[in-house]
Amino acid sequence: MAWDSIATIARKVQAGEITALDQVTAAFKTIEDKQEFSAIIATLEDRALERAKIIDDRIAKGEAVGRLAGVPFIAKDNFLVFGAETTAASNILRGFTAPYQATAIERLEAEGAICVAKANLDAFAHGSSTENSDFMVTKNPHDVTRVPGGSSGGSAAAVMLDMAPFALGTDTGGSIRLPASYCGAVGYKPTYGLVSRSGVVAMASSTDVIGPITKTVDDSALVLDVMSGLDDMDGTTIPAEAAGYIDLNGDLVGKKIGVVKEYMAEGIAPGVRERIEAAIEQLKAAGAVVSEVSLPSLPTALAVYYILCPAEVSSNLSRYDGQRYGHSYKDAKDLTESYKKSRSTGFGKEAKRRIMIGTYVLSSGYYDAYYKKAQTVRTKLINEFNDALSQVDFLLGPTAADVAFKIGENTDDPLKMYLTDILTVAANLVGVPSINIPVGSVDGLPVGLQLMAAQRQDRALLSIAKKVEELQI
Amino acid sequence: MGKLSRDEIIKLAQLARLDLTDDEIAEYSAELSEILQYVEMLQSVDVTGLLPTNQVTGLTNVTRDDVIKDYGYATTDLLKNLPDVLDDHIKVKRMIG
Repeated sequence: MAWDSIATIARKVQAGEITALDQVTAAFKTIEDKQEFSAIIATLEDRALERAKIIDDRIAKGEAVGRLAGVPFIAKDNFLVFGAETTAASNILRGFTAPYQATAIERLEAEGAICVAKANLDAFAHGSSTENSDFMVTKNPHDVTRVPGGSSGGSAAAVMLDMAPFALGTDTGGSIRLPASYCGAVGYKPTYGLVSRSGVVAMASSTDVIGPITKTVDDSALVLDVMSGLDDMDGTTIPAEAAGYIDLNGDLVGKKIGVVKEYMAEGIAPGVRERIEAAIEQLKAAGAVVSEVSLPSLPTALAVYYILCPAEVSSNLSRYDGQRYGHSYKDAKDLTESYKKSRSTGFGKEAKRRIMIGTYVLSSGYYDAYYKKAQTVRTKLINEFNDALSQVDFLLGPTAADVAFKIGENTDDPLKMYLTDILTVAANLVGVPSINIPVGSVDGLPVGLQLMAAQRQDRALLSIAKKVEELQI
Repeated sequence: MGKLSRDEIIKLAQLARLDLTDDEIAEYSAELSEILQYVEMLQSVDVTGLLPTNQVTGLTNVTRDDVIKDYGYATTDLLKNLPDVLDDHIKVKRMIG
């Protein structure tokens, strides 16, 4: 079944027209019917059915449940959901039961939403295709021989397969927007700090953000509205905008949109270019003031990212030592061997690769040349974004250089895999919000338009995105 | 900089507390060298007068009161994840040889 909008489902459940139990049951049926796509690591049946019954009981008693009453959702398996196994699709966390809960999950459930399943990802969110999952490869809903993108590939596929009206993802270098682009979903990466990361498995803490994947901009905006804002448990959080993120009321007329020259340079597939140019023409026809802007340092963004991200990964993954939780090697003779064997047998290839790169760029003698230099080039990138966003309201480009690639196509070449993030990483390094909006397809495979705004302009970005969506490009 | 030798890979693995097989050492030596060659492009970027970024949203001195809050979570739930427990303590291998 196709889902109503999130607001409609919640309204109908609250009014007693439909039940939370039926919504959750429908989600489980679709998840079961579409197992062949390998989007889901685990379903949370007992927990979800119990919560649905509680919600239905409360409504029967005339209580108001919340803005997401009875709405099922799917969390990427790097979100801690109380009492549920949380693996981050890694062998080292297999069997780990969350002893507490992510703030994002807490806030959604406080409004009556129900987490029904945990979605597949590249292990520890390291990847662009879900092929790095230690468990299985998720298939693209439009073509099972192709990847869904990553790392939130299970979440994006699940939404497009109608397993739930929304899913949560995390985006460290493009991990919400890239799978949204490859699967044809709306994927929203908020301003850095707008959603608490408490209770989410850390990847690269200076760029990690949490966001929704949905079929419409309004749905993403509502989920963001519920999740966003300050949290004592995450010192990097920033306040939500006073106007919130629902009842979007933007206008395209007169809005200044800068087409990023470097994003439209060599390397963009002809079919993708054609769709993006068509979108630009429609935006102009709808009254937007479109110009070209340049961010000269953009071609260095991926190199900056692939120094900073592994550096932070190597630090964040040092907590997996086999002593306190997760996989532990039993036959070690001393503590050092226990650390080494637990980590070596628990981590997959990509996690080890990133730990090795990160350890190298942070090691004595190389720190200045790599890490410090990358953080300084990052400053240059931030300055260029600030300049550009003082001239225009929004920046525009494709989300991905091409449509979804074939499963196995890039697995033997890590650098080629890293290059799929080339158009998305800058927003993470700079901390600005960015959204993927589907703009048609090439040979049946979705193409995504990327829009970015200045930090803390999430409402403006969602408002313009809704207008772009209405053009039905 | 440039190509990473077998010895350098072994040293890094030791720093990162990883035990690598011979195949992994050879593989990472080639792959890391290729990735480092790619990021080499940063060396030629002119950053005169710029400082490294430490954080992006301009927050300063984020603090909260140091008070104990009850989040309703049980210590027993935490202990369930421990690989080896002795009387509610984490049991580890000996540290001194």
